[in-house]
Amino acid sequence: MDTLEPKQNGAARAWPQEGITRIPYFVYSDPAIYAKEQERIFRGPYWSYVALEAEIPKPGDYKRTFIGDRSVLVMRGTDGAINVVENRCAHRGVQICQQHLGNAPEIMCPYHQWTYDLKGDLIGVPFRRGVKGNGGMPADFDLAQHGLRKLAVTRRNGVVFASFGQPEPFEDYLGPKLIPLFDRIFDGRELKVLGYSRQLTPANWKLMFENIKDSYHASLLHVFLLSFGLNRVDNPTRMVIDKTGRHASAMSWRGEQKHTEATADMKSLLVDLKLNDPTMLQPVKEYAEYTICVMTLWPNLIIQQQSNTLAMRQLVTRGPGQFELAWTFFGYATDDEEMVKRRLRQANLMGPSGYVSIDDSEMMALAQAGIAPAPEEAAVIELGGRGWEEEIQHGVSENLIRGLYDYYRQVMEL
Amino acid sequence: MDTIASYRQMGKNELRLALEELYADYAACLNDERFEDWPDFFIEKCLYKIVPRENFQRDLPLATMLCESRGYLLDRVQSIRKTHVFAPRVVRRLVSGIRPIGWQGDELECRADYAAFETLTDEFTRVFNVGRYLDRIVVDDGRLKFKEKVCVFDSNLVPNSLIYPL
Repeated sequence: MDTLEPKQNGAARAWPQEGITRIPYFVYSDPAIYAKEQERIFRGPYWSYVALEAEIPKPGDYKRTFIGDRSVLVMRGTDGAINVVENRCAHRGVQICQQHLGNAPEIMCPYHQWTYDLKGDLIGVPFRRGVKGNGGMPADFDLAQHGLRKLAVTRRNGVVFASFGQPEPFEDYLGPKLIPLFDRIFDGRELKVLGYSRQLTPANWKLMFENIKDSYHASLLHVFLLSFGLNRVDNPTRMVIDKTGRHASAMSWRGEQKHTEATADMKSLLVDLKLNDPTMLQPVKEYAEYTICVMTLWPNLIIQQQSNTLAMRQLVTRGPGQFELAWTFFGYATDDEEMVKRRLRQANLMGPSGYVSIDDSEMMALAQAGIAPAPEEAAVIELGGRGWEEEIQHGVSENLIRGLYDYYRQVMEL
Repeated sequence: MDTIASYRQMGKNELRLALEELYADYAACLNDERFEDWPDFFIEKCLYKIVPRENFQRDLPLATMLCESRGYLLDRVQSIRKTHVFAPRVVRRLVSGIRPIGWQGDELECRADYAAFETLTDEFTRVFNVGRYLDRIVVDDGRLKFKEKVCVFDSNLVPNSLIYPL
């Protein structure tokens, strides 16, 4: 593995002196940086998204997912509580479960059948007392010392987060600016999962966060989005960051399909673009404020509300040059048939075949192709200034990206 | 002109041959990137879906790509040509194991397996998407057309983006 030691890599591993207006390309490709991110960020004191409660409503229901590159199991206990444990047998490290979702009264490792309860406590070890007086575990072998690794768990209005560390309470973790936006979608109504979509993008995981925080590209790259006025730099916009810089949210209102003063630089705008079947995109107003609200919650979650599509986009790291984006599309249990149809039709905007998101995954792959061979170079992030503010009322800025890297540098000591 | 009656009277081998031809033409149309011709394989009121296996098995309604009419298909073609921004690629589909299940009224239920391979710049050809077609075929304008085509893919995971139809 590569190393961070200055004697090995010298200036190539130092953050550029310009500060947060530069992002050195080594943070997207260096295996040592990736290993440090796993330890400090994904196994650090932060709340990682793991599940919606609606995915595991009954006792014994479980979901297999990831925090960083570690597989975890999210399980509904017999008492209704949600427990999160590492999906790795305490005996020999076997990954116990391979099903995305299921139901089981207990967890048994297939290799030597060590068995755990739904809290992750070890409850049985075959041949513990030996066979015909032979073998067996030592007399002082204590089951209580050999459970699955347990994670801290928190829930808010149907959303489950877990941590390898001990973060502050979730409300403080998100902070006063983000909590109302989180509660805007998750207002206590029962949720209903509509389905999953998973894509493997050949790019560093941070590029996905940056892409969402980057309002610069939306009006230029996304011909579909801007031609239909769904999201454009000249639409009313509000962007907020929590006080640390790690979480952010971008909100805006849909505009019209026409030229304005701001569209002069939008070379790709097609005012004449029409849908042959407009039923795909006939949104109805659902929330009092904003037609789009996309949140990025450190360290692994994007909450997307674009018109009537709602989705959790969970970032799963798969090495420095690759990540899985696991989408869970959902609605509310009270949605009528028309609303469900609307959400499913508008889901065409998102995911691996999304009218909007195809452009993003393609650009991230091209970014990684450019970045990976040039670790000594750096990105230039100066649109809208050189610092960052907790709130701005426009999208002509890379403010949110600078906020993210201000925090990232502290966590990573870079 | 072939009518529904003539197709229903076909012997097993003759019907198989007609289906072979339909699927070969369908794959060739997409493989040759004649996307403008693709919607013509469907009737006006059609359903085309690409669905990950996990959603299909759990009866979850979300599709990776959902087209509820021929208009939706035309819109996908429009975006391939005009709005999507993507790296150049070649996608080749091979269809195999075409088997008619039976007629239900004027609709023929048919299944097949498919494999799609993708070739990107600087990369060797890779397996891109493998799955099965669950189709409902009708006779329209004297030829066989899809009323419903559901592509259920095995991997759940899409290698980055799925842009061209399957």
